[in-house]
Amino acid sequence: MNSLILTTSTRALFHTILLFSLFLLFAGHNDPGGGFVGGLVAGAALVLRAVAHGAEDVVRTARVRPEALLGGGLLLAAGTGAGALVLGGDFLESGYVEADVPLLGTVKVVSVLLFDIGVYLVVVGLVLALLVSLGRELDT
Amino acid sequence: MRALVPLPLVLPLVAAALTLVAHGRLRVQRAISLVALTATTAIAVALLALVERDGPAVVTIGGWARGIGIAYVADLLSALFLTVAMATVLCVLAFAVGQLRAVQESRYFHPLYLVLTAGVAGSFLSGDIFHLFVTFEVMLLASYVLLTQSGDDGQVRPAMTYVVVNLLSSTLFLTAVALLYGATGTLDMAALGDRVADLPPAVREALRLLFFLVFGIKAALFPLFFWLPDSYPTAPTSVTAVFAGLLTKVGVYAILRTQTVVFGVGDGSPDGFILVVAGATMLVGVLGAIAQDDVKRILSFHIVSQVGYMVFGIGLGTRAGLAATILFVVHHIPVKTALFLVGGLVEETTGSGALRRVGGLGRRMPAVAALFAPGALSLAGIPPFSGFFPKLALVQAGLAGGQYAIVAVSIVVSLFTLFSMTKIWAGVFWGDPEEPPPLARAREDGPLRPPRLMTAATVGLVAVTLGIAVSAGPLFDLALRAADPLLQAGAGR
Repeated sequence: MNSLILTTSTRALFHTILLFSLFLLFAGHNDPGGGFVGGLVAGAALVLRAVAHGAEDVVRTARVRPEALLGGGLLLAAGTGAGALVLGGDFLESGYVEADVPLLGTVKVVSVLLFDIGVYLVVVGLVLALLVSLGRELDT
Repeated sequence: MRALVPLPLVLPLVAAALTLVAHGRLRVQRAISLVALTATTAIAVALLALVERDGPAVVTIGGWARGIGIAYVADLLSALFLTVAMATVLCVLAFAVGQLRAVQESRYFHPLYLVLTAGVAGSFLSGDIFHLFVTFEVMLLASYVLLTQSGDDGQVRPAMTYVVVNLLSSTLFLTAVALLYGATGTLDMAALGDRVADLPPAVREALRLLFFLVFGIKAALFPLFFWLPDSYPTAPTSVTAVFAGLLTKVGVYAILRTQTVVFGVGDGSPDGFILVVAGATMLVGVLGAIAQDDVKRILSFHIVSQVGYMVFGIGLGTRAGLAATILFVVHHIPVKTALFLVGGLVEETTGSGALRRVGGLGRRMPAVAALFAPGALSLAGIPPFSGFFPKLALVQAGLAGGQYAIVAVSIVVSLFTLFSMTKIWAGVFWGDPEEPPPLARAREDGPLRPPRLMTAATVGLVAVTLGIAVSAGPLFDLALRAADPLLQAGAGR
C-alpha cells in the first residue's frame, strides 16, 4: 500500500503510540494498564507501521530477532518469580523500594514491574514474530 | 522443601525462554533442554521422597494467604504422577533429538516441548481449579503447534479436529469454572469440597457432570474420544509418544482430583454413571484397535481403551479402586510411551508403520522386538509385567465392590488387547511384508540398525516400566496412601 496520508500520519503517530504503551506499562501496578496491554498497544504501533511501510521495514528497523524478545521477556517474567525463591520468599512474591527522585518526587518501584516488563517484551516479540511469518501479505 | 514445589513448573519455563534466546543454535538448545529436564526429574523425585516422609506441601504463589493466593499442592498423588511424567518426558527428549531432522527440530521444537512439560507439571501441582485451567491451556497450546509443526496437508487436517475439539472443551472448562465460582465463591480445591457439599443437589450434580464432560473430552472417554486416534498418529513419533503418554493422563488426573475432592465421589459407594462410561470406553477403544492395521493407529486406539480402565477405578469410589487407578496411571504413562517409541523405531528404520508393509523384523531387528515385547505384554496385563498389577488391583476392587459386570468387561477387553498386540507382533516381527517399504527394500535382507540414541532412549523407558513391575508392591502401598486424601474429602458427607 502506498498512501501519502497514511505514511505521514504514521510518522506522527508511531512514537506517540509507543510512548503511550510505556505509560500504560508503568501505570500498570495500581492503575489500569500493565505489561500485557502496554505490549498490545506497542504491537499495534508496529502493525500500523507495517501497514504503512511494509512488514519488511518494521522487521529490518527493529534490529532484534523476535525469538530474542520472546525468550528475554519470558526469562524476565519467570526470573522474577524464581528470584523471589532465591531471596528466600515464595514463588512470585513481590517486594518494593521507595526512593526520592528529583523532578518525579517519591517513586515506588515494585518488583512486579520487572514481571510486567517481561510480559510487555513477550507481547511485542509475538507481534514481531507474526510480522516476520505472516507479514509478506502486507508487502505486496 | 517449600521452594521445590513450584520448580517443576518454573524450571522448564525458564529453559523454554533460554532456548528461544538460543534460537538457531541447536546444540545449545539441546543442552539446555537436557539439563532442565534432568533437573526437573531430579526435583520431582526429591519432592516425592520429601512428601512421602513429611506429608503434603502447600505453597501459595506470592506468599498470599491460602484462599486468596493460588495454591500449589504437592501431595503423594501429584508427586507420584509428576515423577513418572518427568522421567518419561526426559526419555522422549533423547528420542526426539535422535529422530527429528535438524529442520524440524530447529522449528521451535525445544521451546514448545519445554512449555508442554511446564504445562503438564503445573497441572499436576495445581491446587486451584482456575490455575488448572491455565496450565491445561499452556499444555494444549504447545501441543497444537507441535502437532501441526510440519505444516503439510496430512497433518494439518486431522490436527484441525484436535484443535477445534480442545478449544471447545476449554471454553466449556472456563464456563464450568465460572459457574463453580458463582455458586461457591472459591476456586481453591481444598475449600471447594465443603462448599460444594452445601449446594442444592441439582446444582451440584450439574456442575459435576459439566466437569466430567470437560475432562472426559481431554481424557478421550467414550463417546468423546473420536479426535484422538485421528490426530495423534500424524505427528512425528516423539511428539505422538509424549502426547499418548501424558496428555490424556492429565485429563484422567483432573477427573480423579475433581470428582473426589470437589464432588465427593470417593465416599465408598460406586458411581453407576462413571462405571458405564468406563466400560464403554474400554470396549469401544479396544474394538477400534482391532480394526486398525497401522502400528501407531492401533496404539492410539489402545490409549482410549486404557483410559477406560483408569476411570473404572474412579467409578468404584473405594480406596482400593482409587489406588488401582493411581497405579494404573503410573504404569501406563511409561509403557504407552515406550510402545510408541518402538513403533517409531520401526517406522524410522523401515520407512513405514503399516502392518502389511513391514514384517519379518524379528529377525532383522531383534533388539527392537525385545523392546516391544515387555510393553505389549504389559499393556495386555500379562504377569510379571507392570500392567498385570494395576489390572489385578482393579479386578479385586471391582469384585469387592460387587461390580461383576464391569469386571467381566475389563477381563474381556484384556483378551482383546492381547489379541491386537499379537496382531502387531505377527505383522511387524514375523512373516514377510506384502509390499516392502522403501528403506527395508533397499537393504534387502540384512539386519536393520535403528539410530543409536533413539534405541537408548527406548531402552531407558522400558527399564522404567520393568522397574515399576519389580516394585509393584511398594508402589501399590504408596498408591493406597496417595488415595487417602481423596477419600477423606468424600467421607465428610
